Amino acid sequence: MTQAEKRDLEIKATRVRMGIIEGTHAAKAGHPGGSLSSADLFTYLYFKEMNIDPQNPHDPDRDRFVLSKGHCAPGLYAALALRGFFPWEELLTLRQIGSRLQGHPNMNMTPGVDMSTGSLGQGVSAAAGMALAAKHLGKSCRVYTLLGDGEIEEGQVWEALMLAANYKLDNLAVVIDKNGLQIDGPTKDVMDSGDLAAKLRAFGFEVMEINGHDYDELEAAFKKARETKGRPFGIVMHTIKGLGVSYMTNSVEWHGKAPNDAEYEIAMNELQAKLAELEAK
Amino acid sequence: MADVKKMATRDAYGAALAELGEEHEDLVVFEADLAAATKTGIFRKKFPERHFECGIAEGNMMAVAAGASTMGLVPFASSFAMFAAGRAFEQVRNSIGYPHMNVKIGATHGGISVGEDGASHQCCEDFALMRSIPGMVVLCPSDAVEARAAVRAAYEYVGPVYLRFGRLAIPVFHDENDFRFEIGKGETLRDGKDVAVIATGLMVYEALEAAKALEAQGVSARVINICTVKPLDTELVLKAARECGRIVTCEEHSIIGGLGEAVCAAVAESGIPCKVKRVGVNDEFGHSGPAVPLLKQFGLSAENIAKVASEL
Repeated sequence: MTQAEKRDLEIKATRVRMGIIEGTHAAKAGHPGGSLSSADLFTYLYFKEMNIDPQNPHDPDRDRFVLSKGHCAPGLYAALALRGFFPWEELLTLRQIGSRLQGHPNMNMTPGVDMSTGSLGQGVSAAAGMALAAKHLGKSCRVYTLLGDGEIEEGQVWEALMLAANYKLDNLAVVIDKNGLQIDGPTKDVMDSGDLAAKLRAFGFEVMEINGHDYDELEAAFKKARETKGRPFGIVMHTIKGLGVSYMTNSVEWHGKAPNDAEYEIAMNELQAKLAELEAK
Repeated sequence: MADVKKMATRDAYGAALAELGEEHEDLVVFEADLAAATKTGIFRKKFPERHFECGIAEGNMMAVAAGASTMGLVPFASSFAMFAAGRAFEQVRNSIGYPHMNVKIGATHGGISVGEDGASHQCCEDFALMRSIPGMVVLCPSDAVEARAAVRAAYEYVGPVYLRFGRLAIPVFHDENDFRFEIGKGETLRDGKDVAVIATGLMVYEALEAAKALEAQGVSARVINICTVKPLDTELVLKAARECGRIVTCEEHSIIGGLGEAVCAAVAESGIPCKVKRVGVNDEFGHSGPAVPLLKQFGLSAENIAKVASEL
């Protein structure tokens, strides 16, 4: 990846982070922490990796993305808006009555959303079903899904991973956002999931562990995912929850809390400064 | 009645899938290690490449089927009613019901007539669970002929459908040649003016037998078959309430949350003066035993229907 490409993605990811702050601030609710840890992934998927067309969101041959950790909808919505699926201003309607932007993704309301999610552990199954169906129908599209590292405590996740390996779903990429924090505290204290990469390998996945904020590593992982045949691909993505906003960084408190007006100003000023720095590069 | 042909509705389900599979390439089946019992094995034998084994993981299977439906396939996801509606309730609610997926849930082994396996497998709560999901159609065929037609109608309907089938071989009383099925429409099998017996599933045949016994006692009983438990054919139910003034509902399900309560709600809200009595499983678990004596023990029989109707 060239420096210019990387800079362009970083600018976009900063805008996605601003969208997360704008949306949750306007809603006075929502989940900024995990949305921010996944912001670089959303940006990479929607601007570099996936074959999608905002003008034709129902193209039957498009790539699919399932946000299994549905509470990080603010991040997905910001990426979709920036990509042109709907107007940016709509982010300010997040979680309001009459809005197309529900608290958790609704595929029948929001352009670009491929699966309704929110109840943890179910999206990964739906993604496996999409990948299975795509193979059955001879479609070349790929399916991507993002899980939280708290979400993988749901037993259904492992049922889905078993099925994905059993059916050799090499058109499926399962990404786990390992930011290390969940509502009740650090994941290792709440329910220690141990070596996730080893677990995925034991379940029949080809696996890469990467820094989820490094575009070279994201590019290498998704390239390897596309090249891997005969088994599904897992990406254990090490991230920092709340990254991009100083006071939200690595903080459990900001899992599911919206910034107030003063906090909003601080966050937006920080992100504006970051944007200015990137644009001056 | 010894010469009446008997067949379990689950057998009709498997046969109907195999038949429909011939006509529709987009029909696929998901199974959770019970293909021999749910009878999707009949489909698998004919179309192995369209039968997806999901292992013993019903919740996952429902969400996998939901994902597959978004790609244009029409999945029938099968398990026992206890696990399809019970264990996987939340997956059915959130991954199938909420997004209004075109997924059909083929649930066999509904009710007490599961028999020897006992209470852990005798699901008498599935109507209540599935009725509570917005937009879910709930079907419970009364014999093999209706089951076959219901499977076809479910395929043709766009949206989520829950189909309940039974394990026990029961009389086939519909005539295959002139049978017409429509989702949402009840069927008046016998006219009567003193009492209306409104039944679903295997209780429909019992209701017909009860009507004969009542006739011998000078009671004219109307018999209505409600295959579509949701949405209820309210028009037909209220007509019965108006014209008979007495209703007995019959279902192989808890009296809580099933057909009986749906009929009670419709009648109560209509303001039509009409007495209603529910025959069903009375807020208790089942137990092991051969199906037919079990059904009798739980009052799910023509004799009990006739008794309740004559006392109303």
